[in-house]
Amino acid sequence: MPTFVYMTRCDGCGHCVDICPSDIMHIDEKYRRAYNIEPNMCWECYSCVKACPHQAIDVRGYADFAPLGHSVRTIRDEEKGTIAWRVKFRDGRVKNFLSPITTQPWGTKIQDFRELDEPTAEMRNSELLAFEPKYIRMDDGGLHTLETNKLSLKAGGEYHESL
Amino acid sequence: MSHCKTIVEDNIDILVVGAGLGGTGAAYEARYWGRNKKIVIAEKANINRSGAVAQGLYAINCYMGTRFGENNPEDHVRYARIDLMGMVREDLLFDMARHVDSAVHKFEEWGLPLMKDPKRENAEGLAKGAYMREGKWQIMIHGESYKPIVAEAATKQADKVYNRIMVTHLLMDDAKDNRVAGCVGFNVRTGNYHVFKSKATIVGAGGASNIFKPRSVGEGAGRVWYAPWSSGSAYGLLIEAGAKMTQMENRIVLARFKDGYGPVGAYFLHLHTYTQNGYGEEYESNWFPELEERVGKRYLNTEASHVSARPIPTCLRTSAIISEINAGRGPIHMVTMEAFQDPHLEEVGWENFLGMTVGQAVLWAATDIDPKYINPELTTSEPYVMGSHATACGAWCSGPADLSPPEYFWGYNRMTSVEGLFGAGDAVGGTPHAFSSGSFTEGRLAAKAACQYVDDGKGEGIVVSDKQIADRKAQIFQPLETYRIGRNEIVAGTVSPSYILPMPGLQRLQKIMDEYCGGVTVSYMTNDKLLNMGMQKMAIMEEDLEKLGAEDIHQLMRAWELKHRHRTSECVFQHTFFRKETRWPGYYYRGDAMKLDDDNWHVLTVSHRDRDTGAYTMSKAPCYHLVNDE
Repeated sequence: MPTFVYMTRCDGCGHCVDICPSDIMHIDEKYRRAYNIEPNMCWECYSCVKACPHQAIDVRGYADFAPLGHSVRTIRDEEKGTIAWRVKFRDGRVKNFLSPITTQPWGTKIQDFRELDEPTAEMRNSELLAFEPKYIRMDDGGLHTLETNKLSLKAGGEYHESL
Repeated sequence: MSHCKTIVEDNIDILVVGAGLGGTGAAYEARYWGRNKKIVIAEKANINRSGAVAQGLYAINCYMGTRFGENNPEDHVRYARIDLMGMVREDLLFDMARHVDSAVHKFEEWGLPLMKDPKRENAEGLAKGAYMREGKWQIMIHGESYKPIVAEAATKQADKVYNRIMVTHLLMDDAKDNRVAGCVGFNVRTGNYHVFKSKATIVGAGGASNIFKPRSVGEGAGRVWYAPWSSGSAYGLLIEAGAKMTQMENRIVLARFKDGYGPVGAYFLHLHTYTQNGYGEEYESNWFPELEERVGKRYLNTEASHVSARPIPTCLRTSAIISEINAGRGPIHMVTMEAFQDPHLEEVGWENFLGMTVGQAVLWAATDIDPKYINPELTTSEPYVMGSHATACGAWCSGPADLSPPEYFWGYNRMTSVEGLFGAGDAVGGTPHAFSSGSFTEGRLAAKAACQYVDDGKGEGIVVSDKQIADRKAQIFQPLETYRIGRNEIVAGTVSPSYILPMPGLQRLQKIMDEYCGGVTVSYMTNDKLLNMGMQKMAIMEEDLEKLGAEDIHQLMRAWELKHRHRTSECVFQHTFFRKETRWPGYYYRGDAMKLDDDNWHVLTVSHRDRDTGAYTMSKAPCYHLVNDE
């Protein structure tokens, strides 16, 4: 659908306005509540639905191909680290799903590099990125290069060989 | 907009324009190598839900698994090369592939739930901890919060994140020709004019949806495959700054679930669903002999593919769907009814959409399609211009010193042909199959090189004249002024003889691209005559874009998005006209040159638009391939 907002649930807090990637959730000046100003630029990404503290935002499938009478609702719980979905078909059948969204407490696992020692000149002059060669090799070797992998680059269509 | 404030952020070392996966990777890595550098991000939306991954992803499509003994970088290069009919930058791809795993493992440390597969370790003799594979390159994740998790990493390292800044232009150095000096834009909420002066600039902005007429109309136009906010700014900004571009003709057409554009990767690879025509028949192999004849056995050899499991290029599979539908045997169905009898696979099938394309789940709910009982329809999408899926549009960038041949190397990894201007993600040309993790990796590579560029003193002595800043300001806010004056002429409504609004303007662009550059309504067909006429219409449209009107700041954003999409499209026309062959049947066809022509066109196409005159120069660059040393 585009998204739409239930009049009785929205209190105009603006969380949806703050998060919408398409800049289409705006506050209606008369009612002081949010609404979708440009449904044909809505991706149904659910960013606003997930951000709404009052479950005031819902989605009604795009009118040019989706019949009425369905719903896909979600609750994203940052504390529990889960997202729950409820899919209701036009004919009334329901399917429920639950998935994790993170394995770590928010805001705790990313190190500020300003607290680390400066990289050495040798590291700067190498082709290695931060913390490499950790994770890029099975053995103790360094970065893969043409030499280590016994490869050359040659120009021309004749070198487009099969796998 | 005399009431608009001008806000200047000066003395930036590393400026990141666009904080999707490429831009977040850049900001993160820049801090590692530039502990005392001033790192600033300018983002059009909110970094926590911006870019192509805003909605989430259910897979990471580029992961080697080298530490588990799965693939080496060159294996991925060969795969991408075959998929793109030979036309890739193998130095950049090898470079991305040799680093990408370190990014993916960082994501896991930060909390991204990656699925594990203990059974496979034993069966395939892999090291402990191997991930659940969807296919040879894809791993499965619970990625609803992929973007907020990655955004946290970038936000932590940056000095400042400016959200809601529509960057319209790059600033150029007034002291030294062809050197970047930062960017300008406006805040889409306050309307303030923002100036960012920087020694090095990394463009991580997005590719282009919505430049070809979409299949869906009205509200459904929002359900484009690539996000509607992907406005081609990666290309609009770079082309305008005079950066050379490559492979811009290589637009992509995707086979997707009809209307909702739900992805098919997990369905094919993990659920092992397959396609059939409207009459329940296998159709693909019927079209391969003709395609083999047109592209040659080097690119499609069905017998060899059968024996060696060599993949069939994405475009050729798409071509088979287009041909089958045009032969009157549609619609194409995805056979899901068998796989969905397994409750686990059924759950994967649904969560796949809920994690990244909720709109497809909405559509199936609305139309009572339960894939357990009904085989859903597939379609081929309108074309998209981007550079990180099975397509390679983007800027002509330098590779790394230890890999790149002389034609591909000019000092700094991922630097465009403009000094100090770097690219990441969709912005970099010749690097398909990077997807989310590869784009993040490219951002990291660009950032390390950009730090080096600054440390080498290459960003010293930049001058940005007050005139440049004032001229851009007047230009940026002109649509508001044009509307204000023109609006007095008419009673009410959207029709004016003096201005066009962004949406009708976008519709004109989409119609030109569709009818003259190979969109859906012409079954992706074009030729030299059509391209010539299209380019004339594009030139006239550019004159009209000077009369773009914007009612408010939100429309002003749409106005500049349209200008970026128009500039992108113009470049697509130039490249499509230049390459006189049909290299990627299924993506588009040149009716005047239906065969693949390796004698003349086994080359990369490179364009350069003159900053002052707007004239394009087209050239061919050699295509280097990795070969095993004897």
